[in-house]
Amino acid sequence: MSQAEVGAPKGRGAESNLRLPPRGRAQPRNTVSRRTTFYGTLFRNELLTTFRRWRTLALLGVLAAVPILVGIAVKIETSDSSGTGPGGGGGPAFISQITNNGLFLVFTALAATLPFFLPMAIGVIAGDAIAGEANAGTLRYLLVAPAGRTRLLLTKYATVLTFCLVATLVVAVSALAVGAILFPLGGLTTISGTQISFTDGLGRALLIALAVAASLIGMAALGLFVSTLTNSGIAAMATTVGLLITIQILDQIPQLHTIQPYFFSHYWLSFADLMRDPIYWDDLTKNLGLQALYAVVFGSAAWARFTTKDVTA
Amino acid sequence: MAPYETDDSTSAEEADDLRAGRRKATRYVVPVAVLGVAAATIGLVPALADSGDPDLPNITAQQLIEKIAKSDVQQMSGTVKITTDLGLPNLGGLESSLTQGATASGDGSSADPSTKLTELASGTHTLRVAADGPDRQKLSLLESAAEYSLIHDGKDVWGYDSGTNEVYHATADDSASAKDKQEEAPATPEQLAKDALKAVDSTTSVKVQGTAQVAGRDAYRLVIKPKDSGSTVGQITVAVDAKTGLPLKFTLTPASGGAAVVDAGFTKISYAKPAASTFDFTPPKGAKVTEDGQVDGGKKSDGKSEDRSRDKSGDKSGEDLGQGMDGLNVIGDGWDSIATFDTGGQGVPSGSEAGAFGGFLDSLGDKASGKFGSGTVFKTRLINALITDDGKVYVGAVTKDTLVKAADAAK
Repeated sequence: MSQAEVGAPKGRGAESNLRLPPRGRAQPRNTVSRRTTFYGTLFRNELLTTFRRWRTLALLGVLAAVPILVGIAVKIETSDSSGTGPGGGGGPAFISQITNNGLFLVFTALAATLPFFLPMAIGVIAGDAIAGEANAGTLRYLLVAPAGRTRLLLTKYATVLTFCLVATLVVAVSALAVGAILFPLGGLTTISGTQISFTDGLGRALLIALAVAASLIGMAALGLFVSTLTNSGIAAMATTVGLLITIQILDQIPQLHTIQPYFFSHYWLSFADLMRDPIYWDDLTKNLGLQALYAVVFGSAAWARFTTKDVTA
Repeated sequence: MAPYETDDSTSAEEADDLRAGRRKATRYVVPVAVLGVAAATIGLVPALADSGDPDLPNITAQQLIEKIAKSDVQQMSGTVKITTDLGLPNLGGLESSLTQGATASGDGSSADPSTKLTELASGTHTLRVAADGPDRQKLSLLESAAEYSLIHDGKDVWGYDSGTNEVYHATADDSASAKDKQEEAPATPEQLAKDALKAVDSTTSVKVQGTAQVAGRDAYRLVIKPKDSGSTVGQITVAVDAKTGLPLKFTLTPASGGAAVVDAGFTKISYAKPAASTFDFTPPKGAKVTEDGQVDGGKKSDGKSEDRSRDKSGDKSGEDLGQGMDGLNVIGDGWDSIATFDTGGQGVPSGSEAGAFGGFLDSLGDKASGKFGSGTVFKTRLINALITDDGKVYVGAVTKDTLVKAADAAK
């Protein structure tokens, strides 16, 4: 059933010499480098397949549009009464500061997309990872390559994680661009009331983007596990996104407060703690720990399922 | 697997299936094991990390109190977790939307300390404190993706609410009110402990009971207990840093048992000098700045929050309550003291008089009667109040029976 797993990568190495210096071409290559380049090839192929899909590009387009919408809305809202942001404290985090510093649009955009848009996109990509191949009938061809199921699964997970990072960066970069066009930039005030320079602010923005991307690790593992359970890509995506919505709703019910700290989305907003001065690490580390736990539990469950599964399509 | 089981299978394949089935089951052990290890870690690590109570030289309560009084910590920074559970009905979001409404009406500022700090009266909050000498202090209330900071830097007192981008400003010399606000502000263990110690007199038993570890520091536990039986205060425990004499944790347990009414303690503390930039504040561009004095209009709409802060000063200690309400009569002394005043009115309006709110008021209080006549008792886990039908009010951190007795005696 899983003999493919036993086989070490042989044979396919021939097409993987692209990364070697030209000199190496004529010489016999050792196994180690072949193994790593082979892995690299599989990963690169997966990345290309994923990011060439129209579906992926459309998702990234939607994500890039969110900061544009938020930016234009805030601009229109405040253009008549210059200087003051929309008061009252409503709306996503940091929205009241955008008019004075475009950099805050990055934080607002991430805060606006993190609860739903970003994880939904991850759910689509992760849910599609295995089930989509099975649905299209391409999974068995992938398994013909002597890469082994464990490695294929790891590659798929790495691809999904790359998508997490790319998606977050797309939101951040788009927000930065829109913020720079519509609003002034410059030194900013942290939410603790202290001043930091614009360069520091950019550094914090990058840290926040990384924290947001890391927040999605658990969700990605969950999606991958669901994806190994079914042969229908649509079913896997719908289940993952459905789980996300259910968890988000449960996280709002005060009576469940004892189990809420174990929901993967519970500490998502902790990325805002990076804007405090000094940074408040407690919730951030809890978030990272929780994401790692989800990744290990659902990653190994996906492995247990996928390596023992009958692949018929 | 169900869909595939209809495939025709030979007996050899069946044997394979059996083995495969076993292997399948084995693999699922991995995620289950990981989950088990994680659960065990979450359950056990806090227990293991609790390294037991430190060994410290014996000390008398008197010495410890002197140590607190002498404590002269000028530079420190840390994180405080405060949980208050007065047993008030949980208004939650409703309350904050009321406050928002009051703010949005234009007079008040959400960055006004008196508005903001009343939030501490219920629930769990994380505060950050930093101090560098008597002139520079900072207190921040950590909220979800926002923060409220109160910064005292020399002459200036700034309040900054990052959620609404509003700034409150007062200068320390022109307004005693700013000082008051500074006094009112610290819900820190230190302030709470000092208030509690003010109440120490002949009606109180004070002793040192063991040691504890708080925020990684070795500390003595000072237990303050009212001797009177009529008080609702069970006991107050203060953990005092063995080296610096700074109170690190304050816990007030009600006589009725259950969770602590006030539990405030450092989770992190450092005696190093905080970065100078911590206390620098310039209002961010575009922020709405409210100067002190402009907010008077807003005060009226805040009647409720004033009541709440009065509650708070009351729960610190019985005596403090007496001091807090100037010009009141105080019956009794020590922990059993009851504040009383005459509203001159009719007491609590009954259902029909107060319209829609009447029924609500009635449902909050219990009817009580005695030689004094009859009245309504409003209860929290710490403070009880008796409002008689002829308009007299008795308030104290005492039981309902004690209130009724006081009312009888006054008759």
